[in-house]
Amino acid sequence: MLKLAWRNIWRNSRRTILTVLAIAFATSILQFFVSIQLKSYDAATKSAIALTLGQLQVQKKGYLEKPQIRATIEDPLSLESKIKSLDRVEHTSIRSIGFALISSEKRSYGLQVIGIMPEKEKLVSSVSGLIKKGEYLDSTSTNDCVIGEILAKNLKVDIGDEVTILGQGKDGSLAASVATIRGIFDSGTKDFDRVTMFIPYKTFQDVFSMQNSAHSIVVMGMRLKDLEQIQSKIEELLKNETNLVSLRWDQLMPGLKQSIELDMSAGWIFYLTLVLIVTFSIVNTFLMSVLERSREFGIMLAIGARTPRIMGMVVIESILLTLVGIFLGVLIGSGVITYFSIHGFTVPGAEEIAKLWNLPIRIYPELTIRVILTAPLMILTTTFIGVMYPVLKILWLKPLEAMRAT
Amino acid sequence: MKNNTLQENKLEANVRCKDVSKIYRQGDIEVHALRRISIEIQDGSFVSLSGPSGSGKTTLLNLIGGLDRPTSGEIYLSNLRIDTLSSSELAQVRLDNIGFIFQAYNLIPVLSARENVEFVMQLQGVNAAERKERAYEILNAVGLNGLENRRPGELSGGQQQRVAVARAIVSNPEIVLADEPTANLDSKTAKNLLEIMLSMCKERKVTFIFSTHDKLVMEYAERLIKLHDGEIVSDE
Repeated sequence: MLKLAWRNIWRNSRRTILTVLAIAFATSILQFFVSIQLKSYDAATKSAIALTLGQLQVQKKGYLEKPQIRATIEDPLSLESKIKSLDRVEHTSIRSIGFALISSEKRSYGLQVIGIMPEKEKLVSSVSGLIKKGEYLDSTSTNDCVIGEILAKNLKVDIGDEVTILGQGKDGSLAASVATIRGIFDSGTKDFDRVTMFIPYKTFQDVFSMQNSAHSIVVMGMRLKDLEQIQSKIEELLKNETNLVSLRWDQLMPGLKQSIELDMSAGWIFYLTLVLIVTFSIVNTFLMSVLERSREFGIMLAIGARTPRIMGMVVIESILLTLVGIFLGVLIGSGVITYFSIHGFTVPGAEEIAKLWNLPIRIYPELTIRVILTAPLMILTTTFIGVMYPVLKILWLKPLEAMRAT
Repeated sequence: MKNNTLQENKLEANVRCKDVSKIYRQGDIEVHALRRISIEIQDGSFVSLSGPSGSGKTTLLNLIGGLDRPTSGEIYLSNLRIDTLSSSELAQVRLDNIGFIFQAYNLIPVLSARENVEFVMQLQGVNAAERKERAYEILNAVGLNGLENRRPGELSGGQQQRVAVARAIVSNPEIVLADEPTANLDSKTAKNLLEIMLSMCKERKVTFIFSTHDKLVMEYAERLIKLHDGEIVSDE
């Protein structure tokens, strides 16, 4: 039956080749776009996690919605140490965050000041690697600060210049200090670079009268896949700390996840449209094939073949044809993706979008099992459903009438 | 099906039609293709149904072969009444008991001569080795030795019709129904083919029923049934 089906496919070789090429083209295009899309989401997620979010944060309940300086974690060092000892947790760091007016000689801006432990922060955040000018903070830093490039431009300051920090401490007192600019970073995210200043944790605690409290413990696991397990262990740890909450990156920045989902939906609509066009082509091929062979099917029925057997043969033909196209498409698509995963490519005019998502301007798609399987499974499924229309036509064939078909 | 139907309790008459009528409706017009036909055909007969176009010979052949159903009357193959069987049961009867030879050969073009012959056995579930052996044997018997692996397009009309004969008899059917089997053949090839079919009829005790205009076929026939306007006008 397989041999007969295979030979039947090649009866009209030109039509078969055109159909196979259509399937191959759709498969490779789908693979390529899916690979770019998934890689972009991955890059955007990793970038957001690396820049500020971390994989998970422990905060006071309600702090995410209303980030008040009094909404703190008490004795954060002790809690951090317990979290650090949990299985699959790799790095942790503590942050204190306040809002202040920063003034240079010429200008003033309101922004968020983040108190960090430089050595630990390096392990949970990418900012230390994004320094464009000067240096990142270290354990010896006291009155130094690191600011974003846009903020530096707005304040008209450079490395070594001093800025004053004026805000409100946790206890309601005036938080005032002077910091020397030690480093300027460029994260690629304008909003972040415009309103962010990092100062040493100890300095922050003193200036903002934090005493033994902080706003966030940032947690990084070994693998992102383990996050839910890590979260459940932390929640267990926090069962007596009912005022604290652990939040994953997607809970900390729900907008990012929603944007990914929205973009993915748009992508799926495009992919489905492409797949449907190809499916119509395949259905047309098989409709023609079934109509052309009505007489032959009539003969088969006359000599004793059962209708399901003939229907099965046509289904096998459609699957074989689709598999040939998919195989060719996967070969082409995988080759193209592999090439660009090494050499990368740029899309003219996409720089602004890339910056908005904090993505690299050069795109390096990635060949994964999901990328390889998505397009073939979509095309196989729709083909199988689509080809049922011509196959069901066989169901109504009567041997005598079919044999009279011309 | 074969074991518990046709071969068990065989009747004397292999094919029996009782008051068979067939009416085709074309809009409001009724065309009487067959009018209360009654015949009995014995085992191992070589029978010709002849008559002018529209006389009902092909219709009768189709009814005996279970490809169509009569408007009224009864049709028996051995002791099995086939006009009341379901489509699926009829397919099984055709597969196990009836061989067909068509005017236009009607071979499967993508299969070789051997594979065409094997196709029926494959439907019957015969294993591959036996299929191959029997196909070679029967193709040899119809004089196609050495041409087994050629596809129909690579064979002459006479050779294709021999493949069709081989396909019809390879599964040892009770009856072979042949609709104008010599119509597309020259007289020499037709004669040669008829000799083959006659020897099959005698050696294998297969009943051959032909629908034909061809005088040569009528000459070979042991029994000649003439039809006109759906009625039997002579039975010699």
